[in-house]
Amino acid sequence: MHLGPVVVLDAGHGGTDPGAHGGNGIVEKDAVLQFARVLRAELERLGYHVVMTRNDDSDPSYDDRATLANAYRDPVFVSLHVSSSGVVGTARTYFYEFAGPFAGAVSASAAPPWEEAQRPYGDASRRLANLVQIEITHRLTGSPNAPAPVAVRSLRSVAAPAVAVEISSVSASDSAALNSLAGPLAISVARGIAAFHPILGTAAGQP
Amino acid sequence: MPRDLKIAMGILGVAVAIGLISLRGLHQRMHDLAESQSSDEKARREVLAPALSTSSDAKTEAKLFWAAGEDRVTASNIELALSADPVERGKQVLEALIANAPSPEQRTIPAEATLLGFYILSDGTVIADFSDALSSETPSGVESEQVVIDSISRTLESNVPVVRRLKILIHGQEVETLAGHVDLTGFFDLNPAIPNALPGAPSPSAPFAAPTAPAAVPPLKTLPPAPAAAPK
Repeated sequence: MHLGPVVVLDAGHGGTDPGAHGGNGIVEKDAVLQFARVLRAELERLGYHVVMTRNDDSDPSYDDRATLANAYRDPVFVSLHVSSSGVVGTARTYFYEFAGPFAGAVSASAAPPWEEAQRPYGDASRRLANLVQIEITHRLTGSPNAPAPVAVRSLRSVAAPAVAVEISSVSASDSAALNSLAGPLAISVARGIAAFHPILGTAAGQP
Repeated sequence: MPRDLKIAMGILGVAVAIGLISLRGLHQRMHDLAESQSSDEKARREVLAPALSTSSDAKTEAKLFWAAGEDRVTASNIELALSADPVERGKQVLEALIANAPSPEQRTIPAEATLLGFYILSDGTVIADFSDALSSETPSGVESEQVVIDSISRTLESNVPVVRRLKILIHGQEVETLAGHVDLTGFFDLNPAIPNALPGAPSPSAPFAAPTAPAAVPPLKTLPPAPAAAPK
């Protein structure tokens, strides 16, 4: 059976780590798992092979999540989060920004240290973030026009193009209002990935 | 008087006498306990007290960065008595950032948070150690956590020119994230437009405190030699 390019979907938090939580009972760990499942279906429809860092209420460590992604050749990594605040119904994409040059590898062929694994993919991650954010602004009105460079922990040790997408927010009126964003978000992220890493010969490459 | 009544009164008298003696002891113990609590509180206040002003402090227009909306910070100019010593100056501006927030909406560092330690190493690395409240009271989220980092970073680089990068500790420990998202295992660039000083070379223009805290550099692990093939 032929499998398309690999996309690793990371639903943030889980288990004893709830992430952000609103006064209305919305908890980030549950909301992002729901978003990840809808996005998974959309990506599989386009022909991608999707791997989830969690598909239940477990809480893999950051290293476990990165290790899973790093076991695949040329994957794309997307970490999903929900904010505490912000305009409900908007979303922003982030790529990892390291501080200063690192003194780890001594030659171009040396493997980067685990904590710096994302560094060689900085430009690719920025490009992926741009493509995803362009799609988001088309469907989630009011979202920022550009992604932002932030040191999001879950991206740091991923040796692949990697972005985090944060949806606003747990302060939505109820779970249904937040879950209604899952469809537009899934189409946006999937199209951004398709523009970055097209599946040749299929409709997935068409933005 | 009946014999039983006499015995009862006797027992009652003995009990009252014992009670009076115990009451005196109890009073003394309460007094000691109150003094002990007062000492603990005094010690805590001394540890957490804002940096003392020194004779070298001069009224300066400091630039402090507070929140301006959900995802950015903006500068406010405030007159503060600031030390010429970079370490004292750094403490003073961070403590002012906590204490002088103009409004709840503009606040970045939670009001419950305190600065427990502040060091500048010889290469310009700042180590800022905050209480647990920085982590527990900051709203969880990439955007909300980054606003806190921006507020601290920009306030330091605008008022303490010798600083080059920032390491944030929580209660003396390196932690994975600020509140679930933003990475605190690494460093944040400060004054990125200024070339970094040579490692270990003290700045000729400003005194530095002797490093009294370890530079918490995470241990290195290496990636596997080659990525495994994707399961097909």
